Amino acid sequence: MTNSTKTLLITVVAALGMLGLAFASKPLYDTFCRVTGFGGTTQIAEAAPEDILDRHLNIRFDANVIDAPVLFRPLQTSMDIKVGEHGLAFYEVSNTSKNDVSLMASYNVTPHKAGLYFNKLECFCFTERIVKAGETKKLPVVFFISPDLDRERNMDDVRTITLSYTFYQTDSFEGAANSAALN
Amino acid sequence: MAMDQVSTAHDDHAHDHKPGFFTRWFLSTNHKDIGTLYLVFALVAGIVGYTLSGLIRLELAQPGIGPLTGLMEFFGYSGDQAIEHAKHFYNVVITYHGLIMIFFMVMPALIGGFGNWFVPLMIGAPDMAFPRMNNISFWLTVAAFIMACISMLIPGTGQFLGFGGGWVLYPPLSSATGHPGPSMDLLILSLHTAGIASILGAINFIVTILNMRAPGMTLHKMPLFAWSVLVTAVLLLLALPVLAGALTMLLTDRNFGSQFFDPSGGGDPIMFQHLFWFFGHPEVYIMILPAFGIISHIVSTFSKKPVFGYLGMAYAMVSIGAIGFIVWAHHMYTVGMPSDMKAYFVAATMVIAVPTGIKIFSWIATMWGGSIDFEVPMVWAIGFIFLFTVGGVTGVVLANAGIDHALHDTYYVVAHFHYVLSLGAVFGLFAGWYYWFEKMFGVKYNKAIGYAHFWTMFIGSNLLFFPQHFLGLNGMPRRYIDYADGFTTWHFWSSIGYAVTMVATAIFFIGLIEAAIRRRKGAANPWGEGATTLEWTLPSPPPFHQFNELPEVKPDSHH
Repeated sequence: MTNSTKTLLITVVAALGMLGLAFASKPLYDTFCRVTGFGGTTQIAEAAPEDILDRHLNIRFDANVIDAPVLFRPLQTSMDIKVGEHGLAFYEVSNTSKNDVSLMASYNVTPHKAGLYFNKLECFCFTERIVKAGETKKLPVVFFISPDLDRERNMDDVRTITLSYTFYQTDSFEGAANSAALN
Repeated sequence: MAMDQVSTAHDDHAHDHKPGFFTRWFLSTNHKDIGTLYLVFALVAGIVGYTLSGLIRLELAQPGIGPLTGLMEFFGYSGDQAIEHAKHFYNVVITYHGLIMIFFMVMPALIGGFGNWFVPLMIGAPDMAFPRMNNISFWLTVAAFIMACISMLIPGTGQFLGFGGGWVLYPPLSSATGHPGPSMDLLILSLHTAGIASILGAINFIVTILNMRAPGMTLHKMPLFAWSVLVTAVLLLLALPVLAGALTMLLTDRNFGSQFFDPSGGGDPIMFQHLFWFFGHPEVYIMILPAFGIISHIVSTFSKKPVFGYLGMAYAMVSIGAIGFIVWAHHMYTVGMPSDMKAYFVAATMVIAVPTGIKIFSWIATMWGGSIDFEVPMVWAIGFIFLFTVGGVTGVVLANAGIDHALHDTYYVVAHFHYVLSLGAVFGLFAGWYYWFEKMFGVKYNKAIGYAHFWTMFIGSNLLFFPQHFLGLNGMPRRYIDYADGFTTWHFWSSIGYAVTMVATAIFFIGLIEAAIRRRKGAANPWGEGATTLEWTLPSPPPFHQFNELPEVKPDSHH
């Protein structure tokens, strides 16, 4: 093999490697967001913490719908909880159409830096939800703020955390018809 | 440089059989011909990109939406329709101005044009390592440019033609939500094609530079322009596949139901920004590094001194390239990243000022105590150093996340990157053009016209871009077709600056035509003792095939 062929092979492998890395960035980016709370990604916890601190936080609730025939609202606009304490909040979704809809929620918290400390024990957002025609559902969220928040200097200015959900219609029902209509 | 003049003259005589017109220019495998093709192509694409920027300045010369509405009325729209079409057309114009100038003007000219012409000559190689691949690179670039131009004229969104989402192509504007029409798909295909062309070109340069240097020319004796192209080629090789990946994800999101950048399916549009800027930041160094190389040769030639701190200059470019890969998020401070992350990107970005400073100071030190000839390329080079430094200083300002939150997407940013690219890279281009013109085409240009071109261009482009700093600091957002009356004065003067650069461009073409008509025979080395690299040992223009007998570089010769 000549030197030129060798260099050629190395450069081709490098280019293909970078192309592969570009696609690998998708799972890497998701992992990164989960681990660091980047972009206000909330955490999933198995158990609540032992210690409850005396620091109060105001949690605000926000609900959005994109292109789905449902009404979606939080049943409380805000609540006060202590750091480490269990919070239980409810959202309500009603299907106003004559068809069943399948919904998936995306979510985050603001300020984004609080994502790392916002833990959910139970949430309707973990799985796809099917809401039957005309049905109204109450959706619970069980969460707590990790006591680590109090030890982090960057979090000293945080008094309020807003939890936000956006419901999208998944493609399995009308979505498929909608995207076909676009073309 | 040690070089056997006799054998070159002999080669010239024996082997200079040029193929017929079609074979020579359409099936070309000769690095000098391909270089010329790239330069002609860049000139054509440059005129298109420059005309688009003229439309921007025409529209922004006064508040309100005027000239573009007039243009749309000319195309048969009336009333509100004309205004709506003018707005979308403005977005299309800024988008394609950026893409065309980057992918089809600066890159083909600096890398494809001067790189192909002078890298083999400077390292004493007979041609590029893969001449046919070189030809493929060129024609793929042409195809990509044609596709980009067509994509301006086909449906983008609704009744509007072309993609108007900015050169950064962020989703959701670039996904099916923002631009469902075929325009964006064709633009993706165009950029894929341009990317493949550049990757093939980069591979060609890397293989050529690493394996085909003349005997005795170690990497540490290699001319700085060859160094700059080597670093640029490595950046292209590592950065462009990431853009290709991001564009492919965008394409599948648009057409095949994937949801990489669609939050409803667990995707994230911010990830596109990360991928784009992982390519985009090295890309700005891809555009400026070859100009660095050219400027080093010019400053050294006309100061009649070897370049100050040769190794420092070479490794400054290497470190600029390396650090360029770890600073990308400074383009997206406002996406809501944690302060620690911002602190890192601020610090890493500012570190780049160190190798860049090494380059600026070494150029000045090269001139220091030299016997300077202010020939046409030298004034362009000094103009480059001045303008690039201005752009570099505003770059350090913008690197600060705190300040950037206020200045993000304002005209301050526009002024910054036009100082380093429109004034930096383009002045580097013209410097190289006037430095190598006689060598490439074998005829002399008129020096008076060259100086006139420089001064009108220098005054015009400063008048064009300097006021944009003030506009940005006062809060004028970029990409807007209209503005509050308070911005009128500086927008007006900025547009006057554009008019002055139009005069400069006219002078440039007059110089080109004058040289073509007069055909004064060029000398092998018009610059004298300061011009020490191998291309000056050959006649002007160089023979069709050079270095059939490889030149030998003596151990004691300098670069």
